Amino acid sequence: MQGRIVGKVKRVNGPVILLKGITDARMMELVHVGEMGIVGEIVKLNGDEATVQVYEDTTGIAPGDNVYGTQMSLSVELAPGLIGNIYDGIQRPLEEIRKVSGDFISRGISIDAVDHEKLWHFKPSVAAGDEVAPGMVLGTVAETGRVNHKIMVPSSLEGEYSVVSIASEGEYKVTDEIALIVDKKGNNVHLTMIQRWPIRVPRPVKSRLSLEVPLITGLRVIDSLFPLAKGGTVAIPGGFGTGKTMTQHSIAQWCDADIIVYIGCGERGNEMTDVLREFPHLVDPRTGQSLMERTILIANTSNMPVSAREASIYTGITMAEYYRDMGYSVAIMADSTSRWAEALRELSGRMEEMPAEEGFPAYLPTRIAEFYERAGRMLSLGGFEGSVSVIGAVSPAGGDFSEPVTQHTKRFVRCFWALDRQLANARHYPAISWLDSYSEYVDEIKKWWNDKSGGQWLENRKRILELLQREVRLNQIVKLVGNDALPDSQNFILEVCSLFKTAFLQQNAFDEIDRYCEPEKQLKMLSLILHYYDLGEDAIAKGVPMVKIKRLSVVSEIARMRFNIPNGKSEDVDKLSLKLERSMMQLGSLYGED
Amino acid sequence: MEKIDESILKVSDKSLLKGREYIGASRIDGSLVYMRHTHPVGYGELVEIKTPDGKVKTGQVLDTSDDAVCVQVFEGTDGLSLPGTSMKFLGEPLTLGVSEEMLGRVMNGLGKSRDNAVTPHAFDERDVNGSPINPTSREYPRDFIQTGISVIDGMTTLIQGQKLPIFSGNGLAHNQLAAQIVRQAKVRGGKSDFAIVFAAMGVKYDVAKFFIDSFEETGALENVAMFLSLADDPSIERTITPKTALTLAEHLAFDKGKEVLVILTDMTNYCESLREISTLRGEIPSRKGYPGYLYSNLAEIYERSGKIAGRSGSITQLPILTMPNDDISHPIPDLTGYITEGQIVFDRDMNGRGIYPPVNCLSSLSRLMKDGIGDGMTRDDHPHLSNQLYASYSHVKEVRNLASVIGEEELSEVDHKYIEFGDFFEKKFVNQGYDEDRTIEETLDLGWEALSKLPPEELERLTEEEINEHYKG
Repeated sequence: MQGRIVGKVKRVNGPVILLKGITDARMMELVHVGEMGIVGEIVKLNGDEATVQVYEDTTGIAPGDNVYGTQMSLSVELAPGLIGNIYDGIQRPLEEIRKVSGDFISRGISIDAVDHEKLWHFKPSVAAGDEVAPGMVLGTVAETGRVNHKIMVPSSLEGEYSVVSIASEGEYKVTDEIALIVDKKGNNVHLTMIQRWPIRVPRPVKSRLSLEVPLITGLRVIDSLFPLAKGGTVAIPGGFGTGKTMTQHSIAQWCDADIIVYIGCGERGNEMTDVLREFPHLVDPRTGQSLMERTILIANTSNMPVSAREASIYTGITMAEYYRDMGYSVAIMADSTSRWAEALRELSGRMEEMPAEEGFPAYLPTRIAEFYERAGRMLSLGGFEGSVSVIGAVSPAGGDFSEPVTQHTKRFVRCFWALDRQLANARHYPAISWLDSYSEYVDEIKKWWNDKSGGQWLENRKRILELLQREVRLNQIVKLVGNDALPDSQNFILEVCSLFKTAFLQQNAFDEIDRYCEPEKQLKMLSLILHYYDLGEDAIAKGVPMVKIKRLSVVSEIARMRFNIPNGKSEDVDKLSLKLERSMMQLGSLYGED
Repeated sequence: MEKIDESILKVSDKSLLKGREYIGASRIDGSLVYMRHTHPVGYGELVEIKTPDGKVKTGQVLDTSDDAVCVQVFEGTDGLSLPGTSMKFLGEPLTLGVSEEMLGRVMNGLGKSRDNAVTPHAFDERDVNGSPINPTSREYPRDFIQTGISVIDGMTTLIQGQKLPIFSGNGLAHNQLAAQIVRQAKVRGGKSDFAIVFAAMGVKYDVAKFFIDSFEETGALENVAMFLSLADDPSIERTITPKTALTLAEHLAFDKGKEVLVILTDMTNYCESLREISTLRGEIPSRKGYPGYLYSNLAEIYERSGKIAGRSGSITQLPILTMPNDDISHPIPDLTGYITEGQIVFDRDMNGRGIYPPVNCLSSLSRLMKDGIGDGMTRDDHPHLSNQLYASYSHVKEVRNLASVIGEEELSEVDHKYIEFGDFFEKKFVNQGYDEDRTIEETLDLGWEALSKLPPEELERLTEEEINEHYKG
């Protein structure tokens, strides 16, 4: 191990190390501890002592070991080659680690995040003499079939530059110089395709834009009832086994973002393997390309070092911001932010800080807020419109939503998909409760939906939520006196709600058709069920018994339409609607009075 | 005692300091011993402790600094005195000499022989803490294990390489169930050829005896490695027992290609011991006094299971934990549930009604089940069937609640059928004998028999073809 010695180890306590004899270390500086070169970050300076949070197991580190500084904050490498990769919490590629250390991860490994040897086809888009500024595009590289990677002037530069020379179109390594630019004072800056950015600092943008477009996930309960806007933030809280990970996987697979960053933060190893094995084989319904061609995975499983778990969230969002700056809409799945908060708690405890609620440090809400504020729809320095949407799973202890992480997260997100234990137990998936969930984005994106539905969507959404509320009250009565005591008109509300749950809210993640539902089909399905309610209500008022309506064969067709009507054939829902009208008419004429 | 001159350390290699011995502790508190003025000792190093009367104990460095080293002593600190304690720092982490010959043997929590026979020749010395498996090296577990127990095979299917804990309560039949799984577990089509690694943490001697007898009965004993740290052994030893056991399991699975089934009982005792040490060290507690790192710590145990691509063996974990006061939201079951791939939850009410195994299948779950069942693995109707059983059984609970208010006679015709279905499901499907070994086909057919109590139009989660083929109306 070589480099500048910044101090020596004084005390080792798990992943927290105290240093002594500090000369010129900086806050958040990346350091290497001992001759193995274990990676850590300086989190506290006090006189000639410093506290280091270490990203690997510290077994064997002894007082007196040297600590080497790098004069750099913990940062990520941003260059072509990120997409399709799988990283640990501090952006080390796991595939490469495997080549070096085998099936088990050993310590002190230092590997470049992207392949420095690979050749990329670079196309310049500026010429010598052009004026450029940070964030502006110098050229492009086709990173994958669908991601056109813009090589930008690094955001870490300031001011205005002019291009002295630019590489001609051809094959380059990411480390090759592709441009020479000069500032007004005549200072030359040599640029490669690599930028570095410290993970804890948000990348700068020109301005924030308002949110207008929903992030379509293909899950009906989300898109139609509790939509998320592109650039928005949402929390998915749920006890274990309620389907957080399943929901996240499903969104990662089918949502209409350009880039997905999936962060497995302190979760199960096998789940990450599942994503890893499955994604390359899944095809995006919109582009026909492999889903891996838009995905970056970060896997810091629960048994990997706790400090790297803390960092993984920032590593992920920094990469997301980088692609946002190119003008892409990026969605981040963080599974789970509770593990990240617990990592904060664990490290804070080791540093013997005074705890606030349930042992969490007092700065927990600040950190949560800082993280979610990095989401948004932005105008980048280069003038592109891009967005980062954050979908954070929360694993509340004991499934109790009143615990600190859920509560503080709720303060900083504007959309909330509450997973419900009862629904999960009944294998109602996605187990998103229609009573506890909410979305504040409805007003911002209603235009998009209403344009698609001739102004119907907002009204329909309101009506169905109202019916579901009435169902709750009616069910309380049923619990006391039984179904038979209710009049048919009220029983019919229960019937419609139950149909709505099986036909609309539930979705089978393993069914070829049902796992993704396009917006057009969703709109029509929702209208159809409300139409059923209207027709049924009329019929009952005319004396048709509820049982007869319920037993219509078209009703069981409605119940199965999510499986039987493929995407792109939403007009079949209209046919079903006509059939329903005919059946109801016939039924009405049997009891004909008019 | 003088402080060692640091300039000497610079020239001397650190390895020269290995094995230095010091006499005289500065403080003893519970199972922790503090010693001052040592050479720079590495974090996590193994320590050999000699009592004044010459007994040797094992310890591990928990905290190391310029002034003092804090060592936890696994065999307990009784008999140690401040001036008379000697400590030798071995310069390496706690290891276990692993060997295939450990199958059939009984060891203590540190892997030392308990049956007075010669310790088997070690194939290799392994760090008991292990290293995390690289997620890219893992193979996603898909192979179904037939346990012969309907409620598990049918509803919460166990998969090779899974970690599936049993959440039980005091006095429930978790030991019987674990023993029955061990006896009956087989890979589809094959014979039971599992190697068993059994770790007992703080359980009573009778419980350990029950397992030994049960293994003996089936002649499986030579295929079982037992790590016993019983209720009367020092509590601190329990904190290392599961790690020792899993180190052997990793060797058997990934070096020797065996299918390994690991039983860890009782994880609650393990966590209690962790809390004990944490409190002793004056750490800041989180929920219910358990240390903030309980999640990470449990994950380091549970995540040591699975399959590795390109290697033939697997580690399947069946941890048993007793929920304090039957509370599933207690930190131990709660954190466990967040790490493991599902859970089998016992229910005191079902136990009271004489149902064995008393599994509450609505709160039980197997996360790996989706990819391990169905056509070619169990039977093509299995996924929809189990889904339907869940849905119908959860409705039974609602109907029963309603019946308790308005009386059973007042129920509608369909609801009566649900009651009938629920009773059949619990008494015939879930309930079975200690020695009853049902094939997966028998289990699924029983499931259909239960569903046939309901009218076919209630079976929304099954396809028409499946209903036509299997429904016995």
